[in-house]
Amino acid sequence: MSKLIDSLPDANGHFGVYGGRFVAETLMEPLEELRLAYEKYRSDPAFLAEFDADLSHYVGRPSPLYFAERWSRDLGGAKLYLKREDLNHTGAHKINNTIGQALLAKRMGKTRIIAETGAGQHGVASATVAARLGLECVVYMGAEDVQRQAANVFRMKLLGARVVPVTSGSKTLKDALNEAMRDWVTNVDHTFYIIGTVAGPHPYPAMVRDFQSIIGREARAQILAIEGKLPDALVACVGGGSNAIGLFYPFLDDESVRMIGVEGGGDGVASGRHAAPLTAGRPGVLHGNRTYLMEDADGQIIETHSISAGLDYPGVGPEHAWLKDLGRAQYVAITDDEALAAFHALTRIEGIIPALESSHALAQAAKLAPTMSEDQIIVVNLSGRGDKDIHTVAAREGITL
Amino acid sequence: MSRIAACFTRLRAAGRKALIPFVTAGDPHPAVTVPLMHALVEAGADILELGIPFSDPMADGPVIQQACERALLHHTSLRHVLEMVREFRADNDITPVVLMGYLNPVEVMGYEIFARAAAAVGVDGVLTVDLPPEEGSELIACLREHRLDPIFLLAPNSTPARVKKICAAASGFVYYVSLKGVTGAASLDTEAVARKLKEIRAVTDLPIGVGFGIRDGDSAARVAAVADAVVVGSALVSKIGALAGTPDKIPAQAAAVIAEMRRAMDHQSVSGDR
Repeated sequence: MSKLIDSLPDANGHFGVYGGRFVAETLMEPLEELRLAYEKYRSDPAFLAEFDADLSHYVGRPSPLYFAERWSRDLGGAKLYLKREDLNHTGAHKINNTIGQALLAKRMGKTRIIAETGAGQHGVASATVAARLGLECVVYMGAEDVQRQAANVFRMKLLGARVVPVTSGSKTLKDALNEAMRDWVTNVDHTFYIIGTVAGPHPYPAMVRDFQSIIGREARAQILAIEGKLPDALVACVGGGSNAIGLFYPFLDDESVRMIGVEGGGDGVASGRHAAPLTAGRPGVLHGNRTYLMEDADGQIIETHSISAGLDYPGVGPEHAWLKDLGRAQYVAITDDEALAAFHALTRIEGIIPALESSHALAQAAKLAPTMSEDQIIVVNLSGRGDKDIHTVAAREGITL
Repeated sequence: MSRIAACFTRLRAAGRKALIPFVTAGDPHPAVTVPLMHALVEAGADILELGIPFSDPMADGPVIQQACERALLHHTSLRHVLEMVREFRADNDITPVVLMGYLNPVEVMGYEIFARAAAAVGVDGVLTVDLPPEEGSELIACLREHRLDPIFLLAPNSTPARVKKICAAASGFVYYVSLKGVTGAASLDTEAVARKLKEIRAVTDLPIGVGFGIRDGDSAARVAAVADAVVVGSALVSKIGALAGTPDKIPAQAAAVIAEMRRAMDHQSVSGDR
């Protein structure tokens, strides 16, 4: 296989037939301005030094690569290592990207930050960096998600952000993204749109990947230091796919390393109630890029279902679509029930409460480990902590807090 | 000559400007659309823009989003929209019809199948809002092969290089979005529009339509003074939305909105000739 790292996207933001820039004319210039700024600063030593310093001193990087010894023994088979993104400031991997984009916003002279959010983690991470840099911040959030994630809404408000509930369409993440785009197109002169995942029009998928690939770079060095060899498999959950691409990307050219992305299987793929476009969708165009989508026969986007708000999205980053077609990564779906079982297992066996998103990756790893030998290694991206989800878990299990 | 080119030639000879109403197909009910199209023509519309409903109309404000939602309640699909054009053409073979929408429904149908079907039912032009020419070569080729005009947006922040590229890809007319924002947004700076149109005219002979921010006879007349065509969307669609409960009243009342703009535009062009 030829070298994959640094090979894509092409100059127009394409990953094979995926990606690109499918937006109304008013956004073409702002996207070009963003691309030029990013091209300039991604190799600028002062920018990179500031980014690295913030990751160390503000986010708390490097995050540990933790050997889940009891859980590995319990499952019997491969050794499970957890990349502890849950230990980052604000509790998830999202902050890696918001730090990078906010530093870029500052250099571009933008005074106002907007963001979309599903579960609220990206909204909190955006509000956090906006507070720190003294920038105005507006977060768009589906009205349904505002209800489901009240604690994160309050957190964002405490941080000084204005949270705008979005009542159009299905009132979830995809509609929040639509609304953020509408804001951007209107206020484009002074506003920077921090997209939270590796989707959207070029250059977002590549830029967010680059900011998140710190996860994989660290994990690669850490596992080599601890085990003296590369892992056999990487497992990460995929909504838009930013934590997964962040882990996968630095390993793309390590042919012996399998990569498995785990989508939200909801009630099961066969039920039709899920959030698994790579597993059960087909290619189309939404939110500025061509990628796999959940859509009906007429090309309308359909509602997704997942216990995890962060995976409840009908599209996926275009680089994942490309990696799927290429066969370099595999994509599977884990149901709500399987994710919940893994949520409880990790909590009880390792004393770590994982986010429901990450629990999907854990569930897949738990299936995979017993099929492998004890000298093999799986690295799971523990992309976020589960404090935000305890109300969801309690409600699901009929418990009133 | 295409219906669109013939329309602009006719208007130019008469010293008039084109009035182009936009309605979302199937809003608030599929049965309303064809009678509404005829009523708009009778009220003075020169070209009709028919919106293809989409679940995620990213470039549209609340008025047209809600129109999409109303149309999708009845599952108005691209196939239905094409059927409506066929039905309209049974009684009107002159007024150009432009389909306006987002790429995904077209992509799902298939570019070639769509272009062939659109040409067969009597569509004249196609504007896919989220398809810039950079990504559009394949669809543009299909449209041209079937003698459909690919129509593109130009924006206040389109650079001269982009204006040139877009005009080279377009035919029929180009559509200048008069302000940054979504459809149905704030008011209109006619002088800024005039300045930008001068810039656009320097690179193309195509007629220029102007849309966004036109809500009454006065703003229509002011735009008509500098543009070749006036596009009216949200002002009309919000009237339709307000009448969603009494769909029988829609054709007449929507026609009244267009008739007022027609009068204002024609009066303006007459006084302008003096």
